[in-house]
Amino acid sequence: MSASERLTVKTDAPRGSRSLPPGPGRWIGRVLAWSVIGVFLLFFVVPIAWLILAPTKTARQLLLDNPFSFGGFETLAANWGELMAFQNGIVWVWLGNATLYTGVALVITLVVSIPAGYALAMVEFRFRRALLVTTLIVMLIPNTALVLPIFLELSALKLVGTPLSVILPFSFFPFGVYLTYIYFSTAVSRDLLNAARIDGAGEFRVFAQVAMPLATPVIALVGFFSLVGNWNNYFLPFVMVPGRKSPIQVGLAELLSNVPLFNPTTAGSVTISLPVLALATILSVAPVLVIFLFSQRFLVSGLTAGGTKE
Amino acid sequence: MLAFTKNGAFVGIDNFVKVFADYRFWPAVQHVALFVAIWLVSLTLLVVLLALLVHAIRVRWLSSVSRFLFYIPGALAGASSVMLWLFLLDPAVSPVAGILQLFGFETFVQTVSIDNLPVIFTLIAFWAGAGGWIIIMYGALNNIPVEVMEAARIDGAGPIGTAWHIQIPLMRKWISYMAVMSLAAGTQLFVEPRVLSQASKGVVPPDYSLNQLAYLFAFRQNDFNGSAAISLLLLVVAAGLSALFVFRGGLFERE
Repeated sequence: MSASERLTVKTDAPRGSRSLPPGPGRWIGRVLAWSVIGVFLLFFVVPIAWLILAPTKTARQLLLDNPFSFGGFETLAANWGELMAFQNGIVWVWLGNATLYTGVALVITLVVSIPAGYALAMVEFRFRRALLVTTLIVMLIPNTALVLPIFLELSALKLVGTPLSVILPFSFFPFGVYLTYIYFSTAVSRDLLNAARIDGAGEFRVFAQVAMPLATPVIALVGFFSLVGNWNNYFLPFVMVPGRKSPIQVGLAELLSNVPLFNPTTAGSVTISLPVLALATILSVAPVLVIFLFSQRFLVSGLTAGGTKE
Repeated sequence: MLAFTKNGAFVGIDNFVKVFADYRFWPAVQHVALFVAIWLVSLTLLVVLLALLVHAIRVRWLSSVSRFLFYIPGALAGASSVMLWLFLLDPAVSPVAGILQLFGFETFVQTVSIDNLPVIFTLIAFWAGAGGWIIIMYGALNNIPVEVMEAARIDGAGPIGTAWHIQIPLMRKWISYMAVMSLAAGTQLFVEPRVLSQASKGVVPPDYSLNQLAYLFAFRQNDFNGSAAISLLLLVVAAGLSALFVFRGGLFERE
């Protein structure tokens, strides 16, 4: 905290101490609090509102009209057509790539990290602690730090340019292992699993029929984070699979280089106008946005799961 | 590791010496350091403040709606968020052109001049990333037992006194967690300057950040050894920070 902040706290403290009866000081504080929240709500929401309206306008309207006016559905359709026509609908190729990469990676992530977290939490074995600490450290390393090392590694294996070069690093998700570990070690009791063992269930059955159903929330959470993180990843696919094989995030930057406003030297004969670029931006985040909206409830409570288990 | 070799032969720290001597290396370090400094301070102050305020909202649906709205921009991470900010920063089309002009920016190129970049990247990163942290801090606040808060109130502490003496100290673990994670992530700046550089006709240099420089080394100069040296430096910083946190922070101690 800065010095000035500390100062305000000190001067305000006596005023706040008249606790229950709402005096004038209380009201000022309340108004102040609400206006801070309000300003930041605007800060977070205005860009999105504008983005959603932008594709309904022509490039000219975008420049001259009120930024928050609605253009018209015909214009939206025209912009859509223009985007689809760009390099014979390469947008769909990019979206398809992104779906393929994140989808396969999601499956591998779940298949690997859920049992791994389960084993770390439930089974005592040698080097368990070392393994756990390694998982934590790797989890905290930002994944962009690993992009070039991974590239060098995969180029030694001659995998660069293939879908595998994106899918394999995408599937590497220590955070998922950690989340599962926390969940199993705190929320699932060993007694329950032991009871199943006494009833004659084998280790595999215990995992598949007792532990897995109990772990649905954490599976959803791991899946969500993996999906969103990989969908939005730019650096890794940018390096690994350029051109037609790139996912939508990289493709979006490609589109940008065909916007004459930002790139007057663009060689391509087909240009992209700003509203079309805005439309492409929406399209690129639409899947994630839909997932966000649907998982709203469990996210707002579920993100704190690690905290409540402290 | 490639960082210590050249054409297959072991050359010790030669690659590091070469990278350090590169005229683009130190400016990139400065850029990244400045950005990280501004970002960390503003992120910490604002996230804690907003989490406290949102937590203080009594009306339940209002609180969850505002949390959700804060979180929504998180869906637009990576290139998409930079794309959106390209529009916002261009006075010609920006919905907040008035604010830009207030600061004296008439064209996009002026807005993204190199002195403004740390602030711009902070804005982008805060916009896309703060929501998640606010929710995490909110969860931490929820974990403070009601009795503790109650006791503070009976002792005559107002909302600000409670925040300062009770809530913030109890959130300290999470605040330091956020700081370390953001510090590590901040040093890895890549997509923002890369897309901006593409969009600004080179006003934003292609070697603004360290990761960009590593990329240039590898793919423009075909010098994978130099690239590996930079990557290794960044990796050591990131791994060191996270190791420090795992061992010293105690956040993950549960045995």
